[in-house]
Amino acid sequence: MDQRRTSRRQFFGGAAAASLALSMPALAQAAPRVVVIGGGFGGASCARALRQINPALQVTLVEASSTFTACPFSNEVIAGDRPMQAQQFGYERVAADGITVTIQAAVRIDPQARSVGLADGTTLAFDRLVLSPGIELRFDALPGYDEAASARMPHAWKAGEQTLLLKRQLESMEDGGVVAISVPANPYRCPPGPYERASLIANYLKTTKPRSKLIILDAKDAFSKQRLFQNAWQELYPGIIEWVGLSQGGKVTSVEPAANTLVTEFARHTVQVANVIPPQRAGRIAEIAGVADRSGWCPIDPVSFESKLVPNIHVIGDACIGGGMPKSAFAANAQAKACAAAVVALLAGEGPAAPKLINTCYSLVAPDYGISIAGVYQPKNGLLTDVEGAGGVSPLDVPREFRAREATYARRWYQTITAEAFG
Amino acid sequence: MKLVSVGWMATWLAVVGPAHAASPPPGAASCSGCHARYEAAPTEIPGIFGRDPAEVLAALKSFKDGSKPATVMNRIAKGFSDDELQAIAAWLATQK
Repeated sequence: MDQRRTSRRQFFGGAAAASLALSMPALAQAAPRVVVIGGGFGGASCARALRQINPALQVTLVEASSTFTACPFSNEVIAGDRPMQAQQFGYERVAADGITVTIQAAVRIDPQARSVGLADGTTLAFDRLVLSPGIELRFDALPGYDEAASARMPHAWKAGEQTLLLKRQLESMEDGGVVAISVPANPYRCPPGPYERASLIANYLKTTKPRSKLIILDAKDAFSKQRLFQNAWQELYPGIIEWVGLSQGGKVTSVEPAANTLVTEFARHTVQVANVIPPQRAGRIAEIAGVADRSGWCPIDPVSFESKLVPNIHVIGDACIGGGMPKSAFAANAQAKACAAAVVALLAGEGPAAPKLINTCYSLVAPDYGISIAGVYQPKNGLLTDVEGAGGVSPLDVPREFRAREATYARRWYQTITAEAFG
Repeated sequence: MKLVSVGWMATWLAVVGPAHAASPPPGAASCSGCHARYEAAPTEIPGIFGRDPAEVLAALKSFKDGSKPATVMNRIAKGFSDDELQAIAAWLATQK
């Protein structure tokens, strides 16, 4: 005992005493508590990264659903090329990492008391909170398109029952039918996703219902990987896909679900299958926590991912304003790991190091035809900003073998990232 | 006496830090999005964890200057200075 006391006194001697004294409350009250809300690519990856960097942390992952259904590759499910089970993951392996997995909806957040209220009435205390709530579909933004309308005109922009509904509608459509995809203005989850979906549906139509057409009604005049997609459409699906941009009157201004009609400024499109991807905002809990601004998304510090509106709450993934980073699973996973490092540093009373982040998004134009967009990002002027000279899209003029390789990499990426988050 | 002190230090570190001991250098944490940290057998995307750092650094530099053919790594490597690439290669070598 005496020895220990002596050694502590020695340890506390000199300049170290001041900084150590600041850390003492954390020691006295046992391990710091981090609560992560949202069990998608961002949340699950962050919970695991936190424990990996500091195994002594108490980490709780709060997620409403016991099964996660992944969006990447769900367009292949819609096109009939992939079983739904390949999209679904449980949290057993996450829990095996020493993370408390709580299958409950988070319904309240008290930033002053640093507590999260769950649907069953219990509360969880936290030292730092990470929100990774993904998106909420706005059922108030497009006249005629509410939640009931999505049963007739599926969005399929949160994977699950909606994915299967769109798949069934395509299967039961007769040859010669018209499929419409309505695409919102930026920002939204997965910028190239609607065009990958159009491609894979066109592939299905070409092989099983060759007299059918697909029209993309777009609220934008340009889109991600546009030339790569359009070149491939001409090559693979001539005459099947028609893209109508904003300035050609592509923006859908209202829908009439009973008749399956999409209304634009210049025309009415009554179609056999209507896939309406509505405008979006950060998942509901972000608004409850007060971390979403008037845009509906969450401004963050690009070094720590801490909310610019509420201290001690960090926001990652689709819900945050990622600057140059798109709302993608890859970005959410990369942000999760950077955020975890920052949270560990802050809990230790240190300043977080400025991160650099990478994003790579693959799209399939056909099952064996992949294209990609990549970027490297760093904090600049308060945002995550593209590093100049890096990133960009796949080259335009390359042999099919290159596209096949990117399709293979896309599939391998999915296996790797889902294993890191859930496996 | 010294041993006790080290033991207590370890406990303190385990509870409140250290933040930087296991923290990857800028950019390195993103790699495992595509390159599997643990894999039973080699796959189409090469393993990069626990490899010879000189070999990994040479590959990264030749992706950056375009001398090594690539689909996407050339676009990514251009976003890093040589020093950053070196730090990433060194950290990856320690991870397995």
